[in-house]
Formats: sequence, C-alpha cells, structure tokens
Amino acid sequence: MAAIALSRLSKRFAPGAPPALEEVSLEIAPGEVFGIVGRSGAGKSTLIRCVNLLERPDSGRVEVLGQDLMSLDEAALRAARRGMGMVFQHFNLHARRTVAENVAFPLEVAGMARAERERRVAELLPLVGLEAKRDAYPAQLSGGQKQRVGIARALASGPRILLCDEATSALDPETTAEILALIRDLRARLDLTVLLITHEMAVVKSVCDRVAVMEAGRVIEEGPVFDVFTRPTQPTTRRFVAEVIGHSVPPGTLSRLPQPGPGEARRLVQVLFAGPHSTRAVVSEASRDFDVDMNIVSGRVDEIAGEPFGVMALAAYGAPDKLEGALGWMRSLGLHVTELGEAA
Amino acid sequence: MNWLTPAMVDLLVEGFSETLVMVGASAAIAVALGLPLALLLHATGPGGLSPRPWMNRPLGLLVNAVRSTPFIILMVAIVPFTRLVAGTSIGTGAAVVPLALAATAFLARLFENALREVEPGVIEAARAMGATRMQIVTKVLVPEALPGLIAATTVALVSLVGFSAMAGAVGGGGLGDLGIRFGYQRFMPEVMLTVVLVLILFVQGLQSLGDWLVRRLSRR
Ligand SMILES: Nc1ncnc2c1ncn2[C@@H]1O[C@H](COP(=O)(O)OP(=O)(O)O)[C@@H](O)[C@H]1O
Ligand SMILES: [Mg+2]
Repeated sequence: MAAIALSRLSKRFAPGAPPALEEVSLEIAPGEVFGIVGRSGAGKSTLIRCVNLLERPDSGRVEVLGQDLMSLDEAALRAARRGMGMVFQHFNLHARRTVAENVAFPLEVAGMARAERERRVAELLPLVGLEAKRDAYPAQLSGGQKQRVGIARALASGPRILLCDEATSALDPETTAEILALIRDLRARLDLTVLLITHEMAVVKSVCDRVAVMEAGRVIEEGPVFDVFTRPTQPTTRRFVAEVIGHSVPPGTLSRLPQPGPGEARRLVQVLFAGPHSTRAVVSEASRDFDVDMNIVSGRVDEIAGEPFGVMALAAYGAPDKLEGALGWMRSLGLHVTELGEAA
Repeated sequence: MNWLTPAMVDLLVEGFSETLVMVGASAAIAVALGLPLALLLHATGPGGLSPRPWMNRPLGLLVNAVRSTPFIILMVAIVPFTRLVAGTSIGTGAAVVPLALAATAFLARLFENALREVEPGVIEAARAMGATRMQIVTKVLVPEALPGLIAATTVALVSLVGFSAMAGAVGGGGLGDLGIRFGYQRFMPEVMLTVVLVLILFVQGLQSLGDWLVRRLSRR
C-alpha cells in the first residue's frame, strides 16, 4: 500500500483562472523520499498542501496511509494531520516561544500533559542537535537552526510522514546540505516517508529516491531520480537537469575549437556516462578503433542517488563515416550521446 | 505658589483620580469588548480562520461609523443610552459610557491590525499540526500578537486621557474639567499649567510603561 496516494487532483483558485493543479496523480511508497520539482507557480505548494488538506482540491482523491482524507470530518482530519509533520520554507516558528516550547506546540495541541511533553522534547532536541538551544528564542537562531526546530516540531507527535515545502530554499548551500543530510538520516532512523518540494534540482539529486517534475499544474515527468537525470524526456526537465549537471559549454569555448581539416567533419556531442560503462575508457577506444580525434571540451563526474555518473562534451574530428561509426559504437554501449550542434 | 492652597491640592488630587477612573474603567471595558470584536473581524475577514463577508462587512462598517463620529457628538448622541446604562448622563460614571464606546471601536481596529501582523505561516503551521480554531486563537494568534496588542492599548490609553478631558467638560469631572473651570473660567493660568503638566507626565508614564512592556514581550 502506498504511503500517500493522490489521484486526479484538480484545483482552480478562481473560476476562469488557470488551474493550479490539473489531474495530478502520484503514489509515494512507504519509506521513500519523493521529490517534486518545478518552477515557481507550477503548483507544488498547492499539491503538498492538498496532502494534509490545508488546501482542498476541487476534485480527486487524497489517501494517506490508506485513509481517504476527503471523507473525514474536521475532528478526524485534525487527528490525521497529527500523523503528518510539515516543514516550511520560512520555518513558521512562534517568535514568542522558546525552542522547547515551539517543539512542544503540536503536543500541547494534542492535549499531552506538561511533564510528558517535556520528556518528549528532551528526546527530540538531540535528534536535531539543538539540546543547547532549548531556551533560546527563534530570533536568536541561525536559519539552519530555525529549520532544525521546524523539523523537530514536525516530528514531535511521531508522524509516519514528513511533508517539506521548500524546506531548504531560504538557506545557504552549506546549510542546505546539512539539513538535507539530517532529513535523510531521520528518514532512516524514524522510518519516515518524505514528500519534498523544491525548485532546486540539486536538492532532488542529493536526497530523493524518486522525483516528479511539475509544470503549469501538471506532472510532466516522473521516475527514479537517476533515470530522470540521465534520460530526461521533457524540455523543462532537461533544463532542470542542466542546472545541476551543467552540460552546457560556454559559446566562447566552442568558437575557439579548431576547424575540421580538408575531408574531415567535426561533431560536437555530449556524452552521458552512466551504468556499467561509466568507467570504461570510451574516448581512447573510440579514437583508436575508428581513427577519429576526440577533443574533450568539458567533463565531470558526479553521483546521483548514490550512482556514479559522468558527463562530457566532446569535439570529434574525422571522416564523416568514421565519426558516425564512433558515435554509433558509443550509443551501442548504452551511453547517451546527444548533439550539441555547431556554435556560431 | 500662593494659589497652591490645600484646597487646590485636594481639587487636583480629586481631578486626577476622576481622570484615572474614567480612563481606567473605559480602557478596561474597551479591551474586554474590543479584543473579541477584533478576533471576530480578523477571523471573518478575507483569508481569516473562517471568512464570512456577510458578517465581516457590517461589523467593519459599524466600527468605522463609531470611529468616525467626533467624540463630542458621539457623547451627546448616545445620551439616552448612557442614561439607560449609568442611570444618569452626568458625572464621572456616566462619562465612562461614551468613552468606553469610542475606545472599543478604536481598539477593535488597532487590535485587528495587530492580529494581522501575525505571520500567516505560523497559523498555517498550527493548522497543519491539527490545531482547532480555538487553539489557534488562544495559543497562536493572541500570544504572538501580544506585543502589538499592548502597543495598541497604550495608544488607546493616551487617546483616552485626551477624550476624558472633553468628557469632563460636560460634567464628567477629571483634570480637564479642573483646568477649564479654574484656569480658563476663573483666570488662574497657574492651575491650567499645573493640570497640563500633570497630564503630560501621566501620558509620558503610560507611554513608557507600554513601550517597556512591548520591549519585554517581543522576542524579535
Ligand atoms: N491561495 C491562493 N489563491 C489564489 N491563487 C493561488 C493561491 N495559492 C496559489 N495560487 C496560484 O496557484 C498557482 C500555483 O501556486 P503554488 O502551488 O504556490 O506554486 P509553487 O509552490 O509551485 O510555486 C500559482 O499560479 C499561484 O498564483
Ligand atoms: Mg511554493
């Protein structure tokens, strides 16, 4: 059974307005970190807010841990919400409550006795590394510390599900990495299912198992993170992927490449190395076997969802049929070879 | 200082205590009525906890109507109501009725603004954590807005001191009344000056106390 099952969710904020959500269906398996990525206004927040019904979809079905949320009355819905933690971009902490009091808030709301609340808070703060800050006020904390409070608060009532709406978007890259590592760590320790929304592909790359790409209220592409990164099918997804694995080559560099000699052709290609051949000496094999020259314009190796992955821009010179043969051979190895085209 | 006879001191003390009663009683009533009114305005307003335009608009209109009526006219206009409530339309007790009414409308708006200053995200987070509307009001809205509510109350208190002087002129007593009777009508400018000085000190004291509380309570 899916931890979260959304089926055909549609939402329009005003009659005649473009839909914020259009027939969105997603299934999130227990224990996975599922990312939703999209540009600002794509409908990501609306979608995640539908999971705990902060926003009610116009139509569709929201099922969390097997429970059909749309059919619940207010009291039952509040109880269901306590089974889901939510983390926000701007932390949304109570300015006049201390760290400990912020973390205790959901417990207080649930009617837990003070002594028990304090015991629980004492368990939670070490989990996010904030024991020393228990009596500080949010204004005295850094962004990363505030988000740690937000996470501890979201986990206070022991939810199975964690919803993160741009949880790292207000943080600098280093703090972002820390918070993402914390989320991954907590996911494993507390056996959480995490639904995470972001406009940054780097976040997806470092923390998610699967990803859905949203555009104009619809999911346009979905799959395991590694597949989406290495084989994006939609132009929007390609642009997102390019942000992270940066395969674009500066036009200035391309224009400075040597022109092909007489009888030669030049092909500019990008090669994605993934899977079993990612460590093979493809370039030297191809130059030897097909009698072509390969000029490596740019290249880098990276890891996505724990798998090695490389991207390289090549300028290949040789007789046209030899070039064709070399590129065909590379494709036959399962490498993704795409034409970069000629820069002016 | 030959005008500062024991009798005059008695008058000043009496005037000050009447001012205190008028300001204190009407402020207490205004806070007690203005806060629920503000919560209602906030909750029923657009984007509130339970938006109800049919309730919010008339309520807002009523508050504005009271606020925009000059106090001196309001005082005269509600004399029948004052009589009904206080049993009389003159004296310090009777003056409290129009003062409280004007201050309630004034505070309701100021309080509403203070509530609006609470970050919507904090309210949203409370909803996501399964808080009831009542819990959101008592555990989020009011506590988070507290510094703003105190600041608003300070503003109202200071305005009430001024209004109470007007109420004094129609038989409410108080320092304002004293200043006009002795200082203006009996040509005793020293009395007028003393009254003004006492009022300035009083207002300063209120403002400083309010500012201090706000500073203490806000954790920004
Ligand atoms: N409360 C709202 N009222 C009206 N329009 C809204 C509201 N919330 C979101 N929208 C609109 O819905 C669309 C999707 O918004 P959102 O889900 O916030 O996008 P994202 O989180 O991907 O940036 C946007 O066009 C936005 O303007
Ligand atoms: Mg958003």
